Amino acid sequence: MIKTLRPKLELLSNEFIQKIIDEAFSILENQGVFIENEEALDLFREAGMKVGASSQRVRITAKLIEDSLSSTPPSLKMYDRGGEIEYLLGGDEVHFDPGSVAVTILDSETQQERKAVTNDLIRFARLTDCLEHLHFQSTGILSTDVSEIVSDSYRLYIGLLFSKKPIVTGTFRVEGFEPMYRMLVAIRGSEKNLSEKPLAIFDACPSPPLKWSNLTAQSLIDSARVGIPSELISMGMTGATAPVTLAATLVQHVAENLSGLVICQLVKKGAPVIFGGCPVSFDMRKGTTPIGAIETMMIDSAYAQIGKHFNLPTHSYMGMSDAKINDAQGGFETGIGAILAALSGLNLISGAGILDFIRCQSLEKLVVDHEICGMAYRLIEGITQRDDPISLDLFKDFASDTQFLSNPHTKKWYREEYTFPRLIDREPYDIWVSKGRKSITDRAKEEVEILLQKNPPPLPDKETQKALQEVMLSDAQRNDMPSLPKISFP
Amino acid sequence: MNNEEFLNTVKKTIVEGNKDEAVQLAQRAIKEKMHLNEVIEKGYIPGIQKAGQLWEEGEYFLPELITSAECMKAVMKIMQPELEKAHIDVRSAGKIVIGTVEGDIHDIGKNLVASILSANGFDVVDLGADVKLETFIEKAAEVNADLICLSALLTTTMTGQKKLIELLKEKGLYGRFKVMVGGAPVNQRKNSRDVRAV
Repeated sequence: MIKTLRPKLELLSNEFIQKIIDEAFSILENQGVFIENEEALDLFREAGMKVGASSQRVRITAKLIEDSLSSTPPSLKMYDRGGEIEYLLGGDEVHFDPGSVAVTILDSETQQERKAVTNDLIRFARLTDCLEHLHFQSTGILSTDVSEIVSDSYRLYIGLLFSKKPIVTGTFRVEGFEPMYRMLVAIRGSEKNLSEKPLAIFDACPSPPLKWSNLTAQSLIDSARVGIPSELISMGMTGATAPVTLAATLVQHVAENLSGLVICQLVKKGAPVIFGGCPVSFDMRKGTTPIGAIETMMIDSAYAQIGKHFNLPTHSYMGMSDAKINDAQGGFETGIGAILAALSGLNLISGAGILDFIRCQSLEKLVVDHEICGMAYRLIEGITQRDDPISLDLFKDFASDTQFLSNPHTKKWYREEYTFPRLIDREPYDIWVSKGRKSITDRAKEEVEILLQKNPPPLPDKETQKALQEVMLSDAQRNDMPSLPKISFP
Repeated sequence: MNNEEFLNTVKKTIVEGNKDEAVQLAQRAIKEKMHLNEVIEKGYIPGIQKAGQLWEEGEYFLPELITSAECMKAVMKIMQPELEKAHIDVRSAGKIVIGTVEGDIHDIGKNLVASILSANGFDVVDLGADVKLETFIEKAAEVNADLICLSALLTTTMTGQKKLIELLKEKGLYGRFKVMVGGAPVNQRKNSRDVRAV
């Protein structure tokens, strides 16, 4: 059999990749980065780097970057809540998860944005848990019925309770790390078990251009110390907080991510790091940050190629839309993004469910996007030679009445060769009319309820529930919130 | 070059965002003791207004608009002391204290707003990024501001804007300053309902 070709998108030549990397190294060595975190600055001083006396500017030598790159694992394994299912981040493995973090939810009934509360987070986590093409969950919505101070730990709390999937999250305050780490340890039983079987990835965003805030640098340090993978989310806005050309933005992106990677390796050699990002092509007419723009996706795909060149696990915020409702734009921007991301071989693709510049999560969109993810998976499987010869046996008895529907060969292969989406409309017109002329959003609304009804909440055992609750409650109480919103545990 | 030609050239430098020339013309106006108020009101201001109009019409995008605004700022920086020396009262559209709230170091949106306001005759005190809420209030009281403008890009810092209102109430300063909030996580509904800007 001929080996199946894995379809691939590559936007940069090797020569171009090398030039971008060379310039990123040059910037880090000559101009440096600003790091507003004393602990990180100390690490750089100890490593013999030049740190500005008062400016918090660090210049990083090529040697240190090279050393850090060689000590960073080329792939990492993540595990579900039960510690049983393994997900490899590396090579050309592709995993999808919902985008994050939304400040609103698109109300199922009105299809308008509104604030989210605990019950929305629960429905979101449960739904993600049911959708097979979403391998990871994310702490993708902010709950407004808890104090905003604990909104980072609270979203993790709900996610860990209501979904078994490994989780992409992050801190909003330096103090947020501790309770979030405690919850993860509570699931695994010990710190050692957690570092052996990571359950969560922590996102950390440098502030473009070329700056790490105290919070994000601390997140890198805290995560590296205990073996939690850090996802570097460089997010330059072209022509605003990054240079306007796609290539120059790539240079900045690479420089920012490399500086984060160095911090992690200075804390602990071998600390897991994911080369990620959320850059955007800044809209020069509206002053907005379109995530669905083709140029945004081109930058994403290109930095993924560079991340692979470094032999690192890769991630991107792709497969989402800037539309405000589930309309054609919502579908095509998401579809193009998810397909390009899969073709780029990105290991982790965060986007499902997202609308409105990552402000809004829609559960209806989440189930629609899930079908897009299914299509993307099918695409990257490629076209396989199933038989040898490919077809000659099938045409051996060719006659005027030949058909293939009842041929055993059809029955043998059709489920392998094709995907069977549940929501995409493939009805004949008259049947579609007789079923009430439903749009994909109408069908998605029904699907959300069907899935939630069919699948009971995948809660952890009572003991773990209690342990999580204790950590969350004490974090809330430390922050002037005497009690948590009531959750009814079935 | 007669006076009208001079004013037209002044206007053109702002519309085209030619900073060096705009500043040179301002220096010439000062040196030749021209009527500075007239140069501003019939030259520079129509220039920035034209740039704004081209923006409204979709002809100009942000880079052109901001370049014109930066030009205007550079001109006003050298004009201001001269106007004060000559005791010419420049009409200020209002005094504004602006900044990005604590915990947030994204300030591109705030910079855009500050530039446009300042180019349009507002006195703008820019506190920068990652600014403590108390600092906004202290500065506003110190300069007797009309308006406090807060910006937040991160969803996590959006709530800081609401806290400012509470802090103003605590200090008995609620109602003294108008408060304007902005940033990616804010929309008009949020403005009015959650923050209740006054």
